[in-house]
Amino acid sequence: MNEASVPVLKAEHLGISFGGLKAVSDFNMEIRPGELVGLIGPNGAGKTTVFNLLTGVYKPTEGEIYLYGKLINGMRTHETVAAGIARTFQNIRLFSQMSVIDNVKAAFTKDIKYGFGAAIFRTPGYWRTEKELDDRAMELLGIFGLEDKADAPASSLPYGQQRKLEIARALATNMKLLLLDEPAAGMNPTETSELLSCINTIREKFGIAILLIEHDMSLVMNVCQRIQVINFGQTIAAGLPGEIAADPEVIRAYLGS
Amino acid sequence: MTNRNEKKAGGYLLNTLLSAAVIVLAAMAPQLGASVKGVTILWQLCYFIILACSLNLVMGFLGQLSLGHCGFMGVGAYAAALISLAFQRAGIYTEKSGAAFMLVLLICILAAGLLAALVGLLVGIPALRMKGDYLAIITLGFGLIIVNIINNLPFCGMGGLSQGSAAPALYANGLGFVAKQLVSYLWIPVVLTIVCVAAMFMFVRSKYGRAIMAIRDNEIAAAASGIDVSHYKVLTFAVGAFFAGIAGAIFAMCSSTLSTASFNFTSSSILNSTFIVVMVVIGGMGSLTGSSAAAVLLYLLNYTIKNGKWVHALPLFMRQAFAYPMLVYSIVMVVVIIFRPHGIFGTYEFSLYNSVSELFSGKRGKKVPVKEAAENE
Amino acid sequence: MGAFLTALFTGLRLGSVYALVALGYTMVYGIIKLINFAHGDFIMVGSYTLFFTVPVLREAGVPAWLGVIAAMLVCAAVGMATELMAYRPVRKTGTNMTALITAIAVSLILENLAQAIPAIGPNPRTVNSIFASGGVSLSGATLSWATLITIVVSLVVMFVLYSFTRGTRLGRAMRAVSEDKQAATLMGINVNSTILITFGIGAGLAGVAALMYVAQYPAATNVMGTTLGLYAFVAAVLGGIGSIPGAMLGGFVIGLVYSFSSAYISSSLASTFVYLILIAVLLIKPAGMLGKNIGEKV
Repeated sequence: MNEASVPVLKAEHLGISFGGLKAVSDFNMEIRPGELVGLIGPNGAGKTTVFNLLTGVYKPTEGEIYLYGKLINGMRTHETVAAGIARTFQNIRLFSQMSVIDNVKAAFTKDIKYGFGAAIFRTPGYWRTEKELDDRAMELLGIFGLEDKADAPASSLPYGQQRKLEIARALATNMKLLLLDEPAAGMNPTETSELLSCINTIREKFGIAILLIEHDMSLVMNVCQRIQVINFGQTIAAGLPGEIAADPEVIRAYLGS
Repeated sequence: MTNRNEKKAGGYLLNTLLSAAVIVLAAMAPQLGASVKGVTILWQLCYFIILACSLNLVMGFLGQLSLGHCGFMGVGAYAAALISLAFQRAGIYTEKSGAAFMLVLLICILAAGLLAALVGLLVGIPALRMKGDYLAIITLGFGLIIVNIINNLPFCGMGGLSQGSAAPALYANGLGFVAKQLVSYLWIPVVLTIVCVAAMFMFVRSKYGRAIMAIRDNEIAAAASGIDVSHYKVLTFAVGAFFAGIAGAIFAMCSSTLSTASFNFTSSSILNSTFIVVMVVIGGMGSLTGSSAAAVLLYLLNYTIKNGKWVHALPLFMRQAFAYPMLVYSIVMVVVIIFRPHGIFGTYEFSLYNSVSELFSGKRGKKVPVKEAAENE
Repeated sequence: MGAFLTALFTGLRLGSVYALVALGYTMVYGIIKLINFAHGDFIMVGSYTLFFTVPVLREAGVPAWLGVIAAMLVCAAVGMATELMAYRPVRKTGTNMTALITAIAVSLILENLAQAIPAIGPNPRTVNSIFASGGVSLSGATLSWATLITIVVSLVVMFVLYSFTRGTRLGRAMRAVSEDKQAATLMGINVNSTILITFGIGAGLAGVAALMYVAQYPAATNVMGTTLGLYAFVAAVLGGIGSIPGAMLGGFVIGLVYSFSSAYISSSLASTFVYLILIAVLLIKPAGMLGKNIGEKV
């Protein structure tokens, strides 16, 4: 089977109900390797709920999720990460008391091979691994211009850099699909364009697929190859940025009739 | 990077030399004419240090409030006492010296730690499903259940094993050094303390430490970063309990009788789960240096309050307060929490290498960031 | 049959007190999401207050149980002082964990203060029969008047609390604060005062519980609060923390469990059973019998 023909993500008829409320229903999406897809919709449309479904925070009440053809329904969050999905959060969730570099190193945990004995007795294998981790972490921080802040506590970073750190941490998990939840939230135009170039750099360097939730339309239109629009938990439009911008359903959803 | 490695090597060398010096001193205690009274204090300091540091793993690094820590110590103490008793009654050794006895001792220490770790696992598993407050109460409940169960086990009371009957006190102890033995065996708790604290340092400065601190700071983000939260939570409980068990073995070595009253949530002495929490809070959650320092400080403070002549010189109403020193400690703890929530040391860890190199390069007063101190492990 | 009834009546006796204590616990927890470890010790404060006031009332020819008014006032004062001096400052600067540790510290302070103050002192004080002795007898077992009165009082208190939180403005404010502090502030509710008053009421309830406890178990010691508080907390969790009817239900269940396991299995293991219930509830249905589950928003 040709690697390129297996979609990174395939969500089929995905949905979840809370009590009687259908937060998301009949959600379908396919993302191919290297694609950058946008997920937009008015506030409360269910976008973050979709993210939560994809990352195992919620268990879907209907539908299936396939990651590179592997069914990941019902996996716990850290298992979905091991399968290849990483995400950032709407409200930044950093490890505030840890240093910047340790935030990134924490995300390496699942890939670290040394065990309890090696850690306690500080075997050569341990030192080797830790050096590798150090190098890789600094490399990731370098992409975002955070290398000289490596040892500072994460909480001391300005807002824009905190967002970047969150993305760097997600990248550290070696994922195939990156979910970005409103990465430009609270950013001024300069920061937003910096973020834009970061996202492009990531795509070039790592060749990963990205699913982006965002309200900043300039970012969305500029960077997404395809856009899917949801409202009240249901998909109301999907297609190229140009098509979406002109779609009457979409306009109505955002502005009301 | 080579500079960092040099620092690391230098750090290890210094720490090893210092530890060796301390151990040699302890081993020479009989020759140095150490008194039994003085040595008893050192024995107790040792297990308090291990208790405080091991609780800090769960409270300061994992960020979970555990209120039954002395329960794990109790498991370790009773295990060590009874296993050694079994060997003694089987005739493996009669005098508390010689190769056979040392082997038994080693077995008891390991068994104490492992059994306590097993109980820690049992406590950790229900703890997975719970947050903050509830988890704290469950650990408290477990601590009380452990004490309750030991009270009701026939082989854990009175004469012990086959000669035993259910009671809070155990009068037969295969270890239980007395007088001169406490002096000549002082090196044992010293070695154990150094080894345990060093191991905890290594744990904390590795993937394990990073994982649990991530869980502490933001559990949801930790899971989203691929960390198996359940695994690390249970592991930390078990590891914390393991070391508490070792502390228990030390306790069994320096007490001829055991009583579950010592391992309770509160008790009339400072050996109780609450007081260890006080030590950790005041020392600084997230600093093993802080826990060790606080353990020593509070122990000595308590000692001087209980035994000091100066207490009698105080006005009556203050004297009454010191008659119940727990009152003083709890007030201090509240003050610390309100005005200096990170405790005395915060997350700072003392680095011998850094302090010595500062001394020699004349860079006194230069602040060493936490990260740099970390590089010297 | 006699043994069963004795165990039953003992269970009701214990349960009625646990229910009253649990009511106060659940109210405070519902509002500020803090397990007030010191709640049991408020009861101790109330009991000692009764020890001092009951003889005075007897002397004056007034019914002894009116001492509850003094107990309620003193308890409310202590409760509000605790909130002002310990809990509020920590809520501002600390985390959930430090708040809980503070609660433990307050509990220790109250217990040791009671020991240290010579007028109160380390020896147990007895408060003599507040209600008439005797009661309803069945097959050799007696359900004392004190127990019956306690049950009635608990039900009345529960009913009053329930209507209060549903019907009055202050009660609704309390519920608003417990659901969403920030939203409550935006609605113009003074969160700090609401919390303070909640503490006053909760602690005042501890005064009532003190009366009922002492009526059935006349000795007041400085450590009486710890175990009582713990069992009542288990009761509150079992019934559903934050739920007023739940606290009642939980209280009686725990009382009966303790009594029956004491009588039929082993009195020294009875406490283990209570804690095992706690663990079981938190594992199986953390919201308790009558409570609601609220998860964390991701």
